[in-house]
Amino acid sequence: MRSFAFSAAENVDQAIIACESNNAEASYIAGGTTLIDLVKLDVMRPERVIDLNRLPLKEVERLDDGRLRIGALVSNTDLAHHPLVTEHYPLLSQALLAGASTQLRNMATTAGNIMQRTRCPYFRDVAAACNKRDPGSGCDALGGINRMHALLGTSEHCIATHPSDMCVAMAALGATLTLEGPNGIREIAFGDFHRLPMDRPDLEHELEPNELITHITLDTPVVGGGSHYLKLRDRASYEFALASAAVVVAVEDGVIRDARLALGGVATKPWQAMEAEQALTGQPAKTESFEKAAEIALADALPREHNAFKVPLARQAILRALEKATQAAMNS
Amino acid sequence: MDTQVIGHRTPRVDGEFKLTGQADYTVDWQVRDMLYGYPVSASIAHGTLKTLHLDTARAMPGVVDIFHHGHFPELYRASKNQVSEMRLPFEDERIHYDGQYIALVVAESFEQARAAAHTVQADYHQEEGARTSLLDTNQEGQLLESEGVSRGDPEKAFDEAPVTIDHTYDIAAESHMQMEMHATLAEWRDERLIVHESSQGVVYQHKAMARIFGLPEESVEVVSHYIGSGFGNKLFMWPHAVATAGAAQMLGRPVKTILPRQQDMESGGNRPASRQRLRLGAKQDGTLLSIRHDSTTETSFVHPYVDSLGSATPSLYACDNVAISQRLLEVNHGTPCPMRAPGETSGIHALETALDELAVELGMDPLELRRRNYAKNDPASGLPWSSKYLDDCYTNAAKRFGWEKRNPTPGAMRDGDEVIGWGMATACWPAMRLSCSARVELRDDGSVMAACGTQDIGTGTYTIVAQTVAELSGVPLKDIEVRLGESTLPAGPLSGGSMVTATALPAVAAALRNAFDALKEVATGENGAFEGCDPDNLEIEAGALVDKQGKRVSFGEILSQQKLGSVSGDGQAAPGDEKSQYSFRSFGAHFVEVRWDPGISRLRVARVVSSIDIGRAINPSAARNQVEGSIVMGIGMALTEKLDYDPRDGRLINNNYADYIVPCHADMPEIDVELPDNPDYTLNEFGARGVGEIGLTGIAAAIGNAVYHATGKRIREFPITLEKVMDT
Repeated sequence: MRSFAFSAAENVDQAIIACESNNAEASYIAGGTTLIDLVKLDVMRPERVIDLNRLPLKEVERLDDGRLRIGALVSNTDLAHHPLVTEHYPLLSQALLAGASTQLRNMATTAGNIMQRTRCPYFRDVAAACNKRDPGSGCDALGGINRMHALLGTSEHCIATHPSDMCVAMAALGATLTLEGPNGIREIAFGDFHRLPMDRPDLEHELEPNELITHITLDTPVVGGGSHYLKLRDRASYEFALASAAVVVAVEDGVIRDARLALGGVATKPWQAMEAEQALTGQPAKTESFEKAAEIALADALPREHNAFKVPLARQAILRALEKATQAAMNS
Repeated sequence: MDTQVIGHRTPRVDGEFKLTGQADYTVDWQVRDMLYGYPVSASIAHGTLKTLHLDTARAMPGVVDIFHHGHFPELYRASKNQVSEMRLPFEDERIHYDGQYIALVVAESFEQARAAAHTVQADYHQEEGARTSLLDTNQEGQLLESEGVSRGDPEKAFDEAPVTIDHTYDIAAESHMQMEMHATLAEWRDERLIVHESSQGVVYQHKAMARIFGLPEESVEVVSHYIGSGFGNKLFMWPHAVATAGAAQMLGRPVKTILPRQQDMESGGNRPASRQRLRLGAKQDGTLLSIRHDSTTETSFVHPYVDSLGSATPSLYACDNVAISQRLLEVNHGTPCPMRAPGETSGIHALETALDELAVELGMDPLELRRRNYAKNDPASGLPWSSKYLDDCYTNAAKRFGWEKRNPTPGAMRDGDEVIGWGMATACWPAMRLSCSARVELRDDGSVMAACGTQDIGTGTYTIVAQTVAELSGVPLKDIEVRLGESTLPAGPLSGGSMVTATALPAVAAALRNAFDALKEVATGENGAFEGCDPDNLEIEAGALVDKQGKRVSFGEILSQQKLGSVSGDGQAAPGDEKSQYSFRSFGAHFVEVRWDPGISRLRVARVVSSIDIGRAINPSAARNQVEGSIVMGIGMALTEKLDYDPRDGRLINNNYADYIVPCHADMPEIDVELPDNPDYTLNEFGARGVGEIGLTGIAAAIGNAVYHATGKRIREFPITLEKVMDT
């Protein structure tokens, strides 16, 4: 860990100014569960770290239009157990609790979860070639051990998986991020925030320099929707997904009225399977429809040497999650 | 033996120290003027170091010096049995494995040393052809004549056998993943070298350090009061300790080095990968006619470590025709070393899996197959067992498990979405004992101090020594002090081989009895409490001496009366000729239930019932804890644990707790451990055979056998990750 200058901001403006006012490589810190880990490994080398923990961004509130606004600094634990979340967005709660461990969730924040970096071992090893860490250096994962790597949204420059569970639920639920920076406040759809790696895997998101996420606003809940988050992994807890599926379905008279489907563990960003969602809508809520949706969702999957099993595994996650969500919708 | 303390569930005497942070682990030690070392690791596995770029690091805040080839003391090599790696740090510029130390940065703080170490750049001449794993190559390795065993004519018996199986089993290399990282604090004081090390063998490290630094043995002291486990990778010293002591010598200041997890996994030991071919021949009724067990394991290019895979096989089952062979292949990995039940964990795994395959071939219950081949004597030596109740273990554990309800057809037992699989295997580990010394002091305040140069690696040695003293003296546990983990104490054994209990307790008892004799001499001497009394007429009772008339005087009073602070006794204990009369092994049985959900490819261990006969458990709580921990470790071996060496260049990819997957709390099955109480007094007066390792043997095989029973798929490459069993 290299030394860095540390300062704490009291409000958003101070934070932006502190970040802006110095030419040195600056980084915001909230829970620190990604940043400090990577600084210790010498993967991230901020010269200046601005602490956001005093910012007044810790509220969860229901807006007049029925959406839910979440402050960037709400911890993963608090969010998972918040009554407005457990009541209206049980999918989000399930996904949060499927991620990391209690200790990490206590530290990790909502915005920090969105900003977390990949667990690709070649990204975490400064001696390996990695276009995400060191643009232009190559990608050791392509021909290396890539069992944990992505099937969807990959490029010849990067196949690193986005590791979040929470983000998969948000991709399914629909959300808007509020960003604030030197040029003011703006909003961006959750699905547009994370970038595909393409030929610049080091550019992971749409934040401008010195900008930060202040709020995450979830779309209004799907009326009468049943939901399920299913995470398949090597051990029962504290482990990243090999494949996960976040599903919301609303069913009327045995027909799917509305469907949301997002995938985790198999894509380079939180993966909303939009075509599969469309294919489900208006179809009978039964296995044949689910199988068709899974096929569509994974049609573009590009397996590598060690992760081909993730194609059928993701299919299994989709089918079971759709079954469970449908049952939940029928029972609600 | 009617016991008051031994055999009872005594809480750990060091529990309070651990809970309150008073237990002094190596990393907790702070001494004046101390510096911190942080190793720089090679990032290639095969080649030579051309240039080290140290200028940036040297200019960093707090950096005092950087040691490397050409800037390090000239030292002597220790013998291969004294250290984990014979090659001295920075000896030459050859790189034999990823993670090999190429420099040691020493700075005023840990953070400064680490920051500077990260800036060190190295140029290498990387060579093609790194041997990345035994399992990536067809090379056979060198045949080890010393490991070969043969009886009867196994080849002929196999050829003539009506039923045979011939399969090869691969097990990936594993990491110990002990909680506490390797760490060394080295301090030179007036030509004496004082080392704090997280060590499973202070006496052994003491001798190795003396030899490497060319010092008289009395000029070295090694301390290891508390150890956050080791599972074998702290038995013998690693290069970080030598590098740290060498740096401290050159700088004239104490240096502490704590390995980060990444380096600990790369260069601090591993269980080598293995490839084993099992050929079994049997009659239709299950009688084994032939067993051939041919193994290959790995070692590094810098140390010839041999994991002895076939050593249990000749003894486990009655069979007249047996042959064992073993090969050793050098690979570009950090040196392997013993890991909990070394060798036999891998070997029994293959044998017990092969037996399950044979049972399927025969259409026979796997438990019945084992019973048919029960070895009443040791078929390897022909000697009777010192004590063997494996048949009871089979019966009891099968009953507790409900084995009689097993439907033998794979996949036939279901519960909702899940398929249930039941499997079993035998567990076995040798019972060993070495010679040992101890000292006991009876003090005028009524307390007792017992000391032995062995150590407690977290298993409960402090507690069982205290229990032994309490049992024999009647002094309450709270008044007993146990000192372990210092090489200057009377020499004790390595904390390995499950032999500390059988080795150290008799020495402590001998020392205590000698201390009693010394006390009686004081008591019966001039002006003593029992002046003129025949010492033989004095009994020990509840911390006091009692004569035939019922007069009772406490130890403390006897000493105070004579103005004596204490009396002490030195004791030695050693094995006798019992090994020429008996074979010593512990046995047990594991029964496992797995749950397989084929719709989502989810495989979990749901239930384990084990009956493990270890003779007498000195402390049943601590003993059960050892078996339960072993079972959890076995779940990792069976399902998830695997060191991933990149097949292109031999670099270790998953060198951390997140990417190397050990079972977590949510993976814990329901565990039911029975420890039948069958004291084995032929091994020692307490009837204990040791318990640290046996629980790990057989458990992964039982899990694999249960996976077969659930899925109908026989996976012969371990671990059984889900892609190997999923329906595609």
